[in-house]
Amino acid sequence: MSSLILLGIFNGLSVASILLLVAIGLAITFGLMNVINMAHGQFIMVGGYVAYVCSGLAGLVLGPAAAGDGFLVALPMAFLVAAGLGWLLERGLIRFLYKRQLDTLLATWGVGLILEQAAKNIFGAPNVNVDVPEWLTGSLAVSEDLSLSHARLFIMALAALALGGVGWYLFRTGTGRLVRAVMQNRAMADCLGVRTDRIDATTFALGTGLAGLAGAALCLLGPIGPFIGTDYIVQAFMVVVLGGVGQLAGSVGAAAAIGGLDSVFNLAFSVSIGQVIVFALVVAFLQWRPSGFVRTRSR
Amino acid sequence: MACCINPVQYEGLEASKNIFYIAAPPNQQIIPAVTYLLQQGMKNVYLLGSDYVFPRTANKVIKAQLQAEGGTTVAEDYTPLGNTDYSAVVSKIKASKPDVVFNTLNGDSNVAFFKQLKAGGLSIDNLPVMSVSVAEVEVAGIGVDNFKGQLTAWNYFQSIKADANAKFVASYQSRYGANQVTDDPIEHAYSAVYLWAKSADKAKSIDVDKVRAAASGVSFDSPQGTVTLDGETQHIFQKTMIGKAGSDGQFQVVWDSGADPLKPDPYLKTYSWGATVAAG
Repeated sequence: MSSLILLGIFNGLSVASILLLVAIGLAITFGLMNVINMAHGQFIMVGGYVAYVCSGLAGLVLGPAAAGDGFLVALPMAFLVAAGLGWLLERGLIRFLYKRQLDTLLATWGVGLILEQAAKNIFGAPNVNVDVPEWLTGSLAVSEDLSLSHARLFIMALAALALGGVGWYLFRTGTGRLVRAVMQNRAMADCLGVRTDRIDATTFALGTGLAGLAGAALCLLGPIGPFIGTDYIVQAFMVVVLGGVGQLAGSVGAAAAIGGLDSVFNLAFSVSIGQVIVFALVVAFLQWRPSGFVRTRSR
Repeated sequence: MACCINPVQYEGLEASKNIFYIAAPPNQQIIPAVTYLLQQGMKNVYLLGSDYVFPRTANKVIKAQLQAEGGTTVAEDYTPLGNTDYSAVVSKIKASKPDVVFNTLNGDSNVAFFKQLKAGGLSIDNLPVMSVSVAEVEVAGIGVDNFKGQLTAWNYFQSIKADANAKFVASYQSRYGANQVTDDPIEHAYSAVYLWAKSADKAKSIDVDKVRAAASGVSFDSPQGTVTLDGETQHIFQKTMIGKAGSDGQFQVVWDSGADPLKPDPYLKTYSWGATVAAG
């Protein structure tokens, strides 16, 4: 019995860490910048394909046995490539739409479709396989009934690292202070000489880069294919909206709450019913508190 | 009026005069798969599927068959289409200790399920999984290491030794790339075009009603072997095979339904337990 409780806690933490990793980039692009980035899922997909290319290249250069090691290079590469694409998207399209928030929804949805089709054309419609290091495929046996998979432990650590990194960047660096200033009061920041356009591009790139990082990490547990964007986008928005738009701490709380509830209800019922209950609870909560866990005022 | 050709296996229990069902209804895929599992002594079956019409109906059929033939349904579990977290499902499978999982998941979920099954310490050594929507193309995306040794039921495998198949695979690879694989839905789509063309030839028309009237008995030497259209149900006569995944991502046939192709039976009329399923 005690191992069942431990298992429930581990599953809950694992689901929460995946949700947080999937949503943390969106917490920045949507939460802080108010860009309804419907292409967020496709940036996750980009990260996955970067991992695929890295493992393929590692296999070619270092021999098939070393293909898995490409994964460690893939994590920073996925961040950089997705951040680069995000920077281009912000400079090329989104900066013209800051005053038309709902239009960003359509525009980024279109960008998402373009990215998805590009992936189909380049890599084909079926899912691809990414070789990962051998040490990430095993599991840690705690007792007979309870074993903790290395991949899930790794994702927990990575989510914590990503969260710590973003928190440090926003609250402990000079640029982070400028980001917060621009998001809170653009006109005033502009008056004080902040290069707001540069901050916008950097912040958006950070958000999409984190989506890319999530995509590379999730190839440990999930599919890598052209359609995975749609698999994750609803969860990501649910976390950010439940947490309270504009609040990183809210997103962490929301990921933990949804992960915990998911774990309990999915064990008690089928996953299908479990998710219906979680959705219903989220909707009910947002009726009661429309602004989510943490209220905030942003631009 | 147009006619639709369906080249993908499905749940049966339908017959539209405007549809040709070229791939397997349950009696040409799911039912033989369950029969095979029972023959192998795997009687406690965990049913796992995506939450839509195919798995729901397939599981109705499987439950009725298990009940009639001495098996037990350990659990019937559904996840939403596109679901990517299987931590709870893997935990439940471990707790209920079935002999086998009958997997009717579809699409991306299969990749997530098999990766997380392996990460949870389950593989062919301690848990066989019988899948009906995972073919050679999907194995590549799941990763051979995560799928090695697992079972699938189909009417065609790329590994079949036959001249027609060798020619088919070679032409497919010269057109789409040497490292591309063929599979059951690809083969059925290919055969379907020929079956329609032969029917239209016979009818000397492409009018739907005339093609339908001519279709009965039209046969084609397809890559899986000779298949014949059944005029009554607009399905085809074909055999069923169980394949075991090898470390090259190809399937080795471990069982087949015999030399005579199976007559299509979408309404399960030839099974004593079929009437209750067909009734609802």
